[in-house]
Amino acid sequence: MTAVDPTAIEAGHKEARRARWFARLGVADRWFQVLGLAWLTPLIKAAAGDNPRAQMRDVWRLLGVPLLAIAGFLALWAALAPQVQTSLGAIPGPGQVWTEAVGLHEDAVRTAEKKARFEEQVALRNERLVEQGRADEVKEIAFTGSPSYYDQIGTSIMTVFFGFLVASAVAIPLGIMAGLSATANAALNPLIQIFKPVSPLAWLPIVTMVVSAVSAAEGGLFAKSFLVSAITVTLCSLWPTLINTALGVAQVDRDLVNVSKVLKMSPRAKITKLVLPSALPLIFTGLRLSLGVGWMVLIAAEMLAQNPGLGKFVWDEFQNGSSSSLARIIVAVLTIGIIGFLLDRVMFALQSLFTYAPNR
Amino acid sequence: MTRLTAILAASTFLAGPAMAEMLTLEKDELTFGFIKLTDMAPLAVAYEQGYFMDEGLFVTLEAQANWKVLLDGVIDGQLDGAHMLAGQPLAATIGYGTEAHIVTPFSMDLNGNGITVSNAVWEAMKPNIPTDAEGRPQHPISAAALKPVIEQYRAEGKPFNMGMVFPVSTHNYELRYWLAAGGIEPGYYSEQNTTGQIGAEALLSVTPPPQMPATLEAGTIYGYAVGEPWNQQAVAMGIGVPVITDYELWKNNPEKVFGLTADFIEENPNTTIAITKALIRAAIWLDENGNANREEAVEILSRPEYVGADPEVIAASMTGTFEYEKGDVREVPDFNTFFRHHATYPFYSDAVWYLTQMRRWGQIAEAKPDSWYDEVAKSVYKPEIYLEAARMLVEEGLADEADFPWDSDGYKAPTPAADIIDGIGYDGRTPNAYLDSLPIGLKGDQTVVGSEIQG
Repeated sequence: MTAVDPTAIEAGHKEARRARWFARLGVADRWFQVLGLAWLTPLIKAAAGDNPRAQMRDVWRLLGVPLLAIAGFLALWAALAPQVQTSLGAIPGPGQVWTEAVGLHEDAVRTAEKKARFEEQVALRNERLVEQGRADEVKEIAFTGSPSYYDQIGTSIMTVFFGFLVASAVAIPLGIMAGLSATANAALNPLIQIFKPVSPLAWLPIVTMVVSAVSAAEGGLFAKSFLVSAITVTLCSLWPTLINTALGVAQVDRDLVNVSKVLKMSPRAKITKLVLPSALPLIFTGLRLSLGVGWMVLIAAEMLAQNPGLGKFVWDEFQNGSSSSLARIIVAVLTIGIIGFLLDRVMFALQSLFTYAPNR
Repeated sequence: MTRLTAILAASTFLAGPAMAEMLTLEKDELTFGFIKLTDMAPLAVAYEQGYFMDEGLFVTLEAQANWKVLLDGVIDGQLDGAHMLAGQPLAATIGYGTEAHIVTPFSMDLNGNGITVSNAVWEAMKPNIPTDAEGRPQHPISAAALKPVIEQYRAEGKPFNMGMVFPVSTHNYELRYWLAAGGIEPGYYSEQNTTGQIGAEALLSVTPPPQMPATLEAGTIYGYAVGEPWNQQAVAMGIGVPVITDYELWKNNPEKVFGLTADFIEENPNTTIAITKALIRAAIWLDENGNANREEAVEILSRPEYVGADPEVIAASMTGTFEYEKGDVREVPDFNTFFRHHATYPFYSDAVWYLTQMRRWGQIAEAKPDSWYDEVAKSVYKPEIYLEAARMLVEEGLADEADFPWDSDGYKAPTPAADIIDGIGYDGRTPNAYLDSLPIGLKGDQTVVGSEIQG
């Protein structure tokens, strides 16, 4: 016979469970914010009965208002667009743009089917060659049709990442050097200030000629247009990373630097254990900015270098001048915007993973 | 499903000519260039209908930005072959522009061009054009109707600019021919001055075809000569009016050819024959059964990776009609001819005509004997390869023996005067006599020195 009320024990367990639940929700909230789903937290809390009115106000602010703004923009677009007449017809409204987006998807599906049939025919050809004893003539042949919209998006993303990674590989070591040594900083600074404002379109002819001269005549690992676009992206996106890394390294706490001197740390240990972790927030800021700049530069570079990505898609549609061209260009514009947003989110997520400051 | 598709693919593959037994190809992965014009149709059709695949060729078709880039691509080797203006292989071989020995075994089409002027110029021309029984402007419209308009513009201090696609393009020569036939000086070239505007009343300059409607709209040019669909596109956009098609200028004139480097055909003779076979089959398909397949061809061409313009705009000329003024639609059944009238045979007389026009306007600086014209034509145009490909197609049962001029010596019969707008007949065997018979243009030993004609 105990004097403890069983229901009280139950209630106690329940309270403990709820507390654990909300703690987990707090951790999950960090991830929701990274993924742009911040409105889920107050929604779940409201459903769990934690101060529903305040939570609903939060949901309104995080979800309702943005949705309303987007709906308002679409309505304005749909109303104003037909009033602007160009020689290619009126500017398309949201409905037409959606139709074209669906059309692009269907084209991509058809291209995938054609590609499958092509690969079967190549396989058959190779089999027949083997049967005739000409096995040394067997080879893999790349699909000869034009790329689908999704292929073009993939090419753009690969090009921007290639350019961005090369830029980071160059900029981060240089930035660390410039941050650690005042002499290196003085040496690099004038060069950075002069080359930073140069537009990608000014770099393009030089890069094209250098790539043509240096790369092998045919074949090689990368297509010339890919290299030209990627190198142009590198040249324009290396500056934010470089400057931010130098800044981040220079701002390492004096006390920590003194600790490294006391412990007689080797330069390598100093950099990897001290400098990099402290400078990481600013380095990531630089990387995020670089990726953003790189994505913008890529579209222009692709248009001119004819790399088969989104830039070329926009340029080709403009040259075609058909009645659906404007709508398709707008689809491309929206795609570019959405992908730019997603790339930024990815960098933000990476940054959250690697840094420890609570508010980034 | 995959198994069924594989079986179906296998049966189509085996049904075509057994590539392994017939020709051993030296190179089977090829890249061809083209410009976004309706008459690249044989290339698109040969790809989409599987004719290239039947010959064992894996072809990638790449649109090029303009004719210069395309020519450089073929010369540098990035493109194995390309849809070319008939003048390009000739000019490259004689060294006008970048020098390279380019040859052609296949003529891609006849006709297919038009000359368009802006709305303002058309309104000024209309009073000078006689009307027919139904009150419509009488065709063919001579450039004599344009002459007073040009004089008026020049009196106002506005140079009369017109666009064409390339210094050695068919459109350049056709525009000049039309202007000269109406008594307008289109300008000369000299060795020092290659703008082609020496002594010109109408100033001709280069604009890439897809950009022509935009340039006309912007007012930079008052008219242009270009291939379809860019004339009908101007009508659709409401910015210009086509005044004449090259069919009315010279009935069944040669237009585009398929060009390859001489090195390529030397190193890859079997591949060249295979390419020619596939293209002949595509041309046959395009003109089959009284143009029955043209609708499907229009659908293929309107895809963004080929020409990309609206199907309605492409369909007009491909299906035998042509819209002049908005609403004035007339029948021009042979506007685009791909196989009829021996359109695909590379006649030497076609090459000679282009060479005479190059000489007429000074691109060829000095007079040349008749034998020179014949030699150049024979080194660039290769009817022997064409006939070999045709013979193989006839043996395989894919073409009709009667469709090919087996016994031709390469020269067409002289063009009757009635087929040409100014009534001056053309005989390919006597180019110098032809040059002397044209009122405006260099004759005999004349050359352009500085800004005048001497001799």
